[in-house]
Amino acid sequence: MKILVCLKQTFDTEAKITLDSNGKIESKGVSMIMNPYDEFAVEEALRIKEKGEGEVTVISVGGQQTQDALRQALAMGADKAVLVDPGEIELDEFSTATVLAKTIGGMEYDIILGGFRAIDDGSAQVVGRVAELLNIPVVNVVTKLEIEGGKALATREVEGGSEVIEVALPAAFTAQKGLNEPRYPSMKGIMKAKKKPMDKKTLADVGLDENQIAAKVKALSFSLPEARQAGKVIPGEAAEAAKELARLLREEAKVI
Amino acid sequence: MAKGIWVFAEQREGQVKKVSFELLSEGRKVADQLGEELCAVLVGKNVSDLTEAVSAYGPDKIYVIDNDALENYTTDGYTNAVSDLVKKYEPSVLLFGCTVTGRDLSAQVAQRFQTGLMTDCTGMEVVDGQLVFTRPIYAGKAIVKASCPEARPAMATIRPNTFAAVENAKQAEVINVEYGAGDIRQVIKDIIRQVSERPELTEANIIVSGGRGMKGPENFKLLEDLADVLGAAVGASRAAVDAGWVSHSFQVGQTGKTVSPVLYIACGISGAIQHLAGMSSAKCIVAINKDEEANIFKVADYGIVGDLFEVVPILTEELKKIMAS
Ligand SMILES: Cc1cc2nc3c(=O)[nH]c(=O)nc-3n(C[C@H](O)[C@H](O)[C@H](O)COP(=O)(O)OP(=O)(O)OC[C@H]3O[C@@H](n4cnc5c(N)ncnc54)[C@H](O)[C@@H]3O)c2cc1C
Ligand SMILES: Cc1cc2nc3c(=O)[nH]c(=O)nc-3n(C[C@H](O)[C@H](O)[C@H](O)COP(=O)(O)OP(=O)(O)OC[C@H]3O[C@@H](n4cnc5c(N)ncnc54)[C@H](O)[C@@H]3O)c2cc1C
Repeated sequence: MKILVCLKQTFDTEAKITLDSNGKIESKGVSMIMNPYDEFAVEEALRIKEKGEGEVTVISVGGQQTQDALRQALAMGADKAVLVDPGEIELDEFSTATVLAKTIGGMEYDIILGGFRAIDDGSAQVVGRVAELLNIPVVNVVTKLEIEGGKALATREVEGGSEVIEVALPAAFTAQKGLNEPRYPSMKGIMKAKKKPMDKKTLADVGLDENQIAAKVKALSFSLPEARQAGKVIPGEAAEAAKELARLLREEAKVI
Repeated sequence: MAKGIWVFAEQREGQVKKVSFELLSEGRKVADQLGEELCAVLVGKNVSDLTEAVSAYGPDKIYVIDNDALENYTTDGYTNAVSDLVKKYEPSVLLFGCTVTGRDLSAQVAQRFQTGLMTDCTGMEVVDGQLVFTRPIYAGKAIVKASCPEARPAMATIRPNTFAAVENAKQAEVINVEYGAGDIRQVIKDIIRQVSERPELTEANIIVSGGRGMKGPENFKLLEDLADVLGAAVGASRAAVDAGWVSHSFQVGQTGKTVSPVLYIACGISGAIQHLAGMSSAKCIVAINKDEEANIFKVADYGIVGDLFEVVPILTEELKKIMAS
């Protein structure tokens, strides 16, 4: 079983966001993590592999610092990493998906896993786009995945419940919380990861030029939201305060 | 040339989602400004019955694909259906609610037409003849304005509760289109419903949410009672979810649901940055917490410093009286 995991490096959830002198999001000095949903994807890939035979390759599109996130996946137990560094160009979701699909197109795979969304740009569309480009089915927001006999049974979260979907492999799946509990890399894993292959590619290496991945979406301006102002703390004993709150919600805020 | 502002009218089991009405209402304004038609897209089985409900929100046309194969949502089935319509009628804009289905479907359609898709938007406006979308990114810590200037259709998903649904009945022209069969590779084996009388978390007008301060799963009953008085949904912090008190589908925050209700009542939630990421676009926030230093008070419009086990039951009783009056 060949399993590919699409993995994005994202800003830490604690990161403070500022704008740089060009009015864009400042990324200097921000600590980076593996997208938390992609940890579920890596973990699931490892579990599938451990049930039988297989190979797990993690793939990322990003700058050289992305190697940290890829190494973390290798330390968890993935076998190989591929990093495509597109250089200093603006990539939208279409561009990112095109690079991933072109890279994957040259590889063997039965299963593609990813996060259902990245926690920073969070558009929840890259893996779906990759599946469309590769002409394989996708099942999103998966909380349970069973692989057997060239097929997958995936439980996906939907509003007000869940659905169990069967697809034939090869297929793509995106991970939602609940799929599994990701393992921490062991000391041994971290040591081993240093020797595992990290294949670094450029756009040209995967057979693309900048025009083919020109962004469809144009960002016009970035801004920081106005901080919410603290309102009033309602004084008094519980009973008194609760009563006053009920009144304020109706008469002042007019929200009930 | 591509023309027409389209709204995907999402239905599930014979009910059109409120967010679709919100999009039609706002879409009407945008279509008028651009001098284009407003059209709704209705896909499913026996959906012809829903055209009346949809036309109440002002579309000029409703494109309908009614087919047994579309009874339940499948990624391929609905992508094929919507893509057939897009190919045939070439809209300039295609909007979806940012729901589980809207997300799933919009990504596939966007890639099929190699176009741009702006997701989870909280605003749209016409600037120099282009639709410009406002989109919170980095968990709401930054905002980007973006457009899809060339590729068509320009696509976006809009966060529920962003726009008001305003009735504006029109005699819409209903256009029935055959479903041009295509492979549906996702086979539904089972559908599991969690029966709940309460509204969907992401669409709810009011949410009552509990955190670690709830101390145990049994105490969520207090929040359910409060929610039922207000017709609200129940949510939770990650701490409550990780403790196993409620399922992950309740989680609000950066790795849970993003919600935009009119009123959000946080009980026993400290207000960690990852939690705020999911709910700080609520119009009114109420915090009930025994620690006056808790971060949640920095964003709350109204706060009560106190023991939630005392405050919540009284609040429920008081609201019951007010709601009845
Ligand atoms: C106009 C515009 C300009 C932009 N400019 C920049 C820029 O200059 N620099 C920048 O960093 N970002 C930029 N972005 C954001 C960038 O396009 C997205 O971060 C990227 O396309 C991934 O999308 P997402 O974060 O929404 O992923 P989602 O679709 O939310 O991610 C879902 C899953 O897809 C997979 N995935 C996503 N991205 C990658 C990846 N890169 N490698 C491997 N797997 C991945 C992961 O499995 C992930 O969990 C720009 C976006 C736009 C619209
Ligand atoms: C990558 C990542 C992603 C995350 N994503 C999310 C997310 O999506 N959503 C999320 O919520 N968190 C998320 N978190 C976790 C977040 O950092 C916090 O740990 C979490 O939100 C804390 O939940 P809490 O407020 O319920 O618990 P605590 O921080 O423990 O707060 C409990 C509060 O209850 C109050 N309290 C206790 N007893 C009472 C009482 N009797 N009456 C009144 N008040 C009482 C206390 O004063 C305290 O303020 C994430 C963290 C990381 C690292």
